[in-house]
Amino acid sequence: MSQATIDFIRSRLPVSEEALQAPPAPGYWRAVSQRLARDPVTIAVTIILLAIVFIALGAPLVAGADPYAGNVLMRLKPIGTPGHWLGTDETGRDLWARLCYGGRLSLLAGILPVIISLVIGGFLGILAGYVSGLVGTLIMRTMDVFYAFPSILLAIAICGLLGNGLSNSVIALALVFIPPMVRISETVTTQARQLDFVEAARASGTTTMQIIRHHVLANVLGPILVYATSLISVSIILSAGLSFLGLGVTPPQAEWGLMLNSLRQAIYVQPYVAALPGVMIFVTSMCFNLMSDGFRSAMDVRLNK
Amino acid sequence: MIFIARRILQAIPILFGVSLVVFGLVHIVPGNPIDLLMPPEASPEVIAQMKKAFGFDQPLYMQYLLWLARAARGDFGLSVFNATPVWGQLITALGNTFVLAVLAAILGFTLGVVFGLLAATYHGRWPDKVFSAIATTGVSLPHYWFAIVMVMVCAVLHDWLPAQGMGDDSLPLYDRLQYLIMPVITLSLIPMGVIGRLVRATVLEILGQEFVGALTAKGLTRWPVIRHICKNAAPPVLALMGLQFGYLLGGSILVETVFNWPGSGNLLNLAIFRRDIPVLQATILVLASFFVVLNLLVDIAQAAIDPRIRR
Repeated sequence: MSQATIDFIRSRLPVSEEALQAPPAPGYWRAVSQRLARDPVTIAVTIILLAIVFIALGAPLVAGADPYAGNVLMRLKPIGTPGHWLGTDETGRDLWARLCYGGRLSLLAGILPVIISLVIGGFLGILAGYVSGLVGTLIMRTMDVFYAFPSILLAIAICGLLGNGLSNSVIALALVFIPPMVRISETVTTQARQLDFVEAARASGTTTMQIIRHHVLANVLGPILVYATSLISVSIILSAGLSFLGLGVTPPQAEWGLMLNSLRQAIYVQPYVAALPGVMIFVTSMCFNLMSDGFRSAMDVRLNK
Repeated sequence: MIFIARRILQAIPILFGVSLVVFGLVHIVPGNPIDLLMPPEASPEVIAQMKKAFGFDQPLYMQYLLWLARAARGDFGLSVFNATPVWGQLITALGNTFVLAVLAAILGFTLGVVFGLLAATYHGRWPDKVFSAIATTGVSLPHYWFAIVMVMVCAVLHDWLPAQGMGDDSLPLYDRLQYLIMPVITLSLIPMGVIGRLVRATVLEILGQEFVGALTAKGLTRWPVIRHICKNAAPPVLALMGLQFGYLLGGSILVETVFNWPGSGNLLNLAIFRRDIPVLQATILVLASFFVVLNLLVDIAQAAIDPRIRR
């Protein structure tokens, strides 16, 4: 047997020699959680995010007022008005109550498109990366076409044509996020497919579905999830932006982008009150960004020193 | 050369796909645009005449082919809303958006590169933390809100800058420049943040590679080493700059709405609310085609800098 043949057989062995000699792995996820526990910024933003989610979900408990009950006499009161500690909006509705209730739709409209695109885009990407061939090419070339649209333009075009409403804005944003999600999943899957142990599994007769389930998914899910969390920030800004243009949620529903739009004219009367819905969008998207950064660096194996 | 030719050939099917998507998007909505536009009391003859005049009486695939053939010659038909040529409106609006996008790109890219380089050079120390914080803020800011806050501070609370519009042609240049300040600053925030973060990450990665140590060990002084680092960092940064410039052109609709800037974003917004299909189709098609061509140019520029990409 020639040396080349021996090397070939060795490279196709289910367990490589290095793996046999290497010490047992310390547990990847354990290392990640240890690194996260030592990162004060990520912990802080996660707590803030949990608080925002809690206020949104528990709005009936913490709002203390009806978000839809207006009062003509109490229009555009400043911050610190007795009974309305964050002031009132242009029809006299309590701003704190509307911000609490607004969190529900804003978070939903921001997070749901990412989840949908994660499921659909992740599936298509892993498929394209693993199967390649005609199916893979077909998927990737179709995505190239959608990639040719700047994301905001595509979202606005879809939303503007489908008509306004929460579900249409969710559909529009999900469609916008699917192409980048497919691309990321395809790239990491292609990389994972070439890993030695995946080849080994294939050589030892494991079925395609089993390989994808046990070997590829385990290696691919981490990076895809991190990318998805980084999209949430963009998604929240864009979904609020669609409502701001009048293309998302319809009045009188409480949603941060829509509130910002209807309070826009009030900057001449109550500038600080008018800016509040935007502060909520900003804080939420900033926290999601920082959290995503924290997870990414905690999961980066190269920094594991 | 072969690379450039192949890349151009690849762009053609994408352009076709884009035109198909734009056309499909517009016609996914049930109902004929003329039916939506005409008052209910209009007689059927008038409606039929209008449909014929705008070509909406043809079967869909014919409409698409006719539209594509005309669009290729720069003829986008008449606006359904006010019967003026779409092309003229579009050119004016695109010009206005282009001014904003170019200035915002210059400002945002410069700041982003400077911040990113400084953050990477002082990795882990306070300049890194400050610049990284600025960059992350730039990425997380809802820019339409920042625009409102700017108007609030600079035009409502103080009388420093005009709140909206782009000024009259008769105004002296200095006065007209004032209208540009707020939109340009607002638009430059996202590119600044995105480019800053990428430059920092890329330069840090390159600094960790062996060739940097080797160059220093060979006795190269600081600046030649920096030149090598920049050359290695350029391709990904250039690619992102191209994308970001495309976003500035196609995504300025929110900022243009706040500042009432008569650009392509504003035109798009009006077209959506007026259901002006020819204007809508033309604006999306031209902006998306621009984006495709821009990506093509970026790829070619990347290949010119980095021979490894020419495969």
